[in-house]
Amino acid sequence: MKFTDEPAPGNPLPILPGHVSPGRLERVLRAGGFVVTSELAPPDSADAEEVFKRARVFDGYVDAINATDGSGANCHMSSVAVCALLVRIGYAPIMQISCRDKNRIAIQGDILGGAAMGVCNMLALSGDGVQAGDHPQAKPVFDLDSVSLLNIATTMRDLSHFQSGRKLTAAPKVFFGAAENPCVPPLEHRAHRLAKKVAAGAQFIQTQYVYDMDMFKQFLRHVEDLGLLNKVFLLPGVGPFKTAKGAEWMRNNVPGMHVPDALIKRLSGAQDQAAEGRQICIDLMQQMAELPGVHGVHVMAYRQEESVAEMVDRSGVLKGRTPWYPSRDHQAA
Amino acid sequence: MYLVRLWSIRRAGFWNRFYTSLENALVACAPVLRWIGYERLERPFAFLERHIKGLLFDCQMCGQCVLSSTGMSCPMNCPKNIRNGPCGGVRANGHCEVKPEMRCVWVEAWSGAGRIKGGLDKIRVVQAPVDRRLEGRSSWLKVVRERTAEAKS
Repeated sequence: MKFTDEPAPGNPLPILPGHVSPGRLERVLRAGGFVVTSELAPPDSADAEEVFKRARVFDGYVDAINATDGSGANCHMSSVAVCALLVRIGYAPIMQISCRDKNRIAIQGDILGGAAMGVCNMLALSGDGVQAGDHPQAKPVFDLDSVSLLNIATTMRDLSHFQSGRKLTAAPKVFFGAAENPCVPPLEHRAHRLAKKVAAGAQFIQTQYVYDMDMFKQFLRHVEDLGLLNKVFLLPGVGPFKTAKGAEWMRNNVPGMHVPDALIKRLSGAQDQAAEGRQICIDLMQQMAELPGVHGVHVMAYRQEESVAEMVDRSGVLKGRTPWYPSRDHQAA
Repeated sequence: MYLVRLWSIRRAGFWNRFYTSLENALVACAPVLRWIGYERLERPFAFLERHIKGLLFDCQMCGQCVLSSTGMSCPMNCPKNIRNGPCGGVRANGHCEVKPEMRCVWVEAWSGAGRIKGGLDKIRVVQAPVDRRLEGRSSWLKVVRERTAEAKS
């Protein structure tokens, strides 16, 4: 999908009628494309080249790149800075905002600052607890939660004022999203929580890892019962395991991970477990692409980012479409 | 008192009815309360709330009680202070990601809401972020003031 009004890299696209942002992600979703997003782990470094290097591995296979915000409560380069760097090149970053580390004054400032630097997509998260990360002695902030953050963020965009009521001179034109976990308790109420996020203004949803298709389909049925199917762009999260042991470790130690026994058995029975892990991820992507109400996949391949392009390619979910990357249109010309 | 808290949520229907009646009684007393002076009553009321709600619900005195919208499970006991939960980190056994020995406050909240008449509608309403200025103040007096102001307007 190429847009005829594609600007010079680093510049915003014209905002089409009915759109809220000048970004490519919203464009592709609203045009009905099956979207692929992935996640960039911000470096423990002050070197911009490290960010670019990490983005480059996705070239041609992802529509937008999430910049995590202290994921797992570990310290890294800030998401707003990673996004600003990526925008410079022309990439479409999704700026993750976690409520763990900043209060509403800092968060609203970041939304304005991010938007001013050309960030078109932001994802509201509550964030992992500090106990999970490398600074368990830190003060957890949690002034807002992801839902009240969405409320404040969309108010800034649509009504052009801060939570305090003070006016903005220019509103942030941002496509706002949120996360949901379809595979952890209370399963029967997960769709209701999604509904709260949509009511608070979420326009797209990236879920945590889904390895249990039956559970996910049940979740989709609940979403449909609430009348939300196709009212919000749904991008379920998928990812590859390297080993059966790793899968088991993640199941026991990573909050919010649900991995069925059958999957671990399939992995441990394989000769090349890493290849089988990627194959499972490809299978999941293909199954997701068949489901009505699913608008894309969010591929999280922590420390295996270089495998994303190949998995997306082999899955065929892009149906021959080449997402924008720095030299794409250059080569075509 | 974690165990009392869980017991209270299992009886969410009763405590919600009790609470509603208490609220109505306080609103009926509003003229007397106003005559004594809300600010003068602030400390004794906060004292009562801290101890009664503390015992029953592990109340953290946020000063803007939403118990009837959260199945009588106090959201301020969530280590992330989430007012619109639960988060995505709930363990498979329904326990908290941060405090593995504790049941998730919001798993409890959704089950408590099912025991309250209209509770499942109320829990679906998006809760505004906490006004931190109200911490430590009486939530009951706030309700009385708000409801009498509403009645006037």
